[in-house]
Amino acid sequence: MWDKKHIIAIKELERRHIEAIFNLARNFKELSQREIKKTPALRGKTVVNLFFENSTRTRTSFELAAKRLSADVLNFSASMSSLSKGESIVDTIKNLESYHPDIIVARVGFSASMRTFMRYTDASIINAGDGANEHPTQALLDMFTVEEAKGTLESLKVLIVGDIRHSRVARSNIFGFQKFSSSIRVCGPTTLVPYEFHKIGVEVFDDLDKALDDVDVIIMLRIQRERQESSFFPSLREYVERFSLTPGRIKKAKKGCLIMHPGPINWDIEISSALKERLHPFILHQAGNGLAVRMAVLYLAGTRRKEL
Amino acid sequence: MEGFKDKTRVLSPQDIKRVLYRLAHQILEKTPDSNKLALLGIQTRGVFLARRIKAIIKEIEGTDVPLGILDITLYRDDLTAIGPSPLVKETKINFSIDNKVVVLIDDVLFTGRTIRAALDEIMDFGRPQKVELVVLVDRGYRELPIRADFVGKNIPTAQTEHVEVRLEEIDKKDEVVILEKSNK
Repeated sequence: MWDKKHIIAIKELERRHIEAIFNLARNFKELSQREIKKTPALRGKTVVNLFFENSTRTRTSFELAAKRLSADVLNFSASMSSLSKGESIVDTIKNLESYHPDIIVARVGFSASMRTFMRYTDASIINAGDGANEHPTQALLDMFTVEEAKGTLESLKVLIVGDIRHSRVARSNIFGFQKFSSSIRVCGPTTLVPYEFHKIGVEVFDDLDKALDDVDVIIMLRIQRERQESSFFPSLREYVERFSLTPGRIKKAKKGCLIMHPGPINWDIEISSALKERLHPFILHQAGNGLAVRMAVLYLAGTRRKEL
Repeated sequence: MEGFKDKTRVLSPQDIKRVLYRLAHQILEKTPDSNKLALLGIQTRGVFLARRIKAIIKEIEGTDVPLGILDITLYRDDLTAIGPSPLVKETKINFSIDNKVVVLIDDVLFTGRTIRAALDEIMDFGRPQKVELVVLVDRGYRELPIRADFVGKNIPTAQTEHVEVRLEEIDKKDEVVILEKSNK
C-alpha cells in the first residue's frame, strides 16, 4: 500500500516503494503507444512545476506526464517569476499555495530545501533535484531502464563515472541500487570523487580502465561546467584522456554492459562520438522511460490517501 | 472475501461451460461475420472469460477473433475518493478497434460504473462500429443507465450480499457463488 505523501529522496524509500513505482511505470509505457495518449486519472488536480534552476528535460517530462494524466499544469520558473523581482522563495510558495495545488514538482539549487517547502504547503512535494543532494526520479528511471534491459536489479555491478561530488543523480542512484544489493563503483578525478564516498559503501576508483572491469551497468554523468566555479581538474583535455568512454575502453566491461547517461551528453567529453551510433539509441530510450516513471510518481502522489 | 462466507452456489463448472457456449453463439448470431468481431476482457476475470469465449468462437467458426485486455483503473470515477492509489494493471489492445464490433466482457454486472469507465477507455482507443456488453452474471442494482446485451445468468441478490465468480485460471475452480456477511 502506498503510504508516502512526498517523494523527496531515494534514501527514504523502501524497496517495495520502488517496485510499486516500476509496476505502474510498466503500464504507463503502454499508454504512450496509444492513439490517444491520455487518461482522466488526475482530472481536476493541479500540478505546479516549480523550477528555481534551469531544466528542460526534467521539466518537460514532468509537464507531459502530468498532462497525460489530465492534470492541470502550471509551469513556474525562477527566471520569469517574481523571484527576479526580489520575492523570497518562501513567499513564492505561499503565493502558489493560494491556488491550492495538489502536487508541487520542485527543483532547487540548495540541498534539502524540500523540507522547508513542506511547511508552507499542503501539496505533495516531488523532488526534481535539490542541489547536490538527490534527484529521485532520475535514479528511478535509470533503475527502471536497467531492470527492463537486464530483467533484474539484483547483484549487479554498477559503475558511475564523472563528477560524483556535485551529482544528485549519482547519490540517488547509489542509494537506489544499494537497496537491491547491487554493488556500486564510482570513478573520476579525485577532486570530483572524494575518497570519503567509500563510507556509504561504494568502491572508489580514479582509474577508469580498472573501474570498468566486469561491470554490468555504466552511468556516465555529464561534466557540469556551469556548476564548477573553480577548476576541479587541470584541463578538459586531460579529463577526456583519462575518463572518456571510448570504443577501446568499453571492451573492459562485461559483454552486453548497459551504458546510460542522464543527458544532455557532451560528445567527445564523457563519451567518444565514435560510440554515438551504438549508444545513443539506448540513451534516448532511457529518456523515454522517464516519462512513464514520472507518470507513476505523479499518479501515486495525486491519488494518495487524504490523511497522509 | 474477508468477513463474508459462501451462501449459495449458483453456477457449477458444467453450468459455466454451457453458459459460455451459449454466449458465444449469441455473439455470433448477432454478428454472423466473425471477422468484424473484437473481444475485450476487463481485468481480471473478464480477461479469462474473454479467452474462453475466443476459444469457443474458434471452435465454432474457425476464426481467430482478436482479443484485448482492458484495465479500467485510470478511468474510475472514484479514483481520488477511495485511496490509497489503486493498482493499475495491464491494458493491451494491439489491434485497431476502428469499425469493429467490440464485445466487452466482464464477470459481474453490478452498479455499471466499471462499464462506464470501460466505455470511456474504449473511445480513447478508436471508434468501434458498435460496442456490446457480455457478462457472466447480472446481479442488478445499477447506478447508471447501462445494460448488458447478453447475460449468462441473472441472479437476484440482496445489496448486502456479494457475488463471486471463481475461475480455474486463478481460483483453481470454476463456480459462481453468492456470499453473505459472516457473523463472526
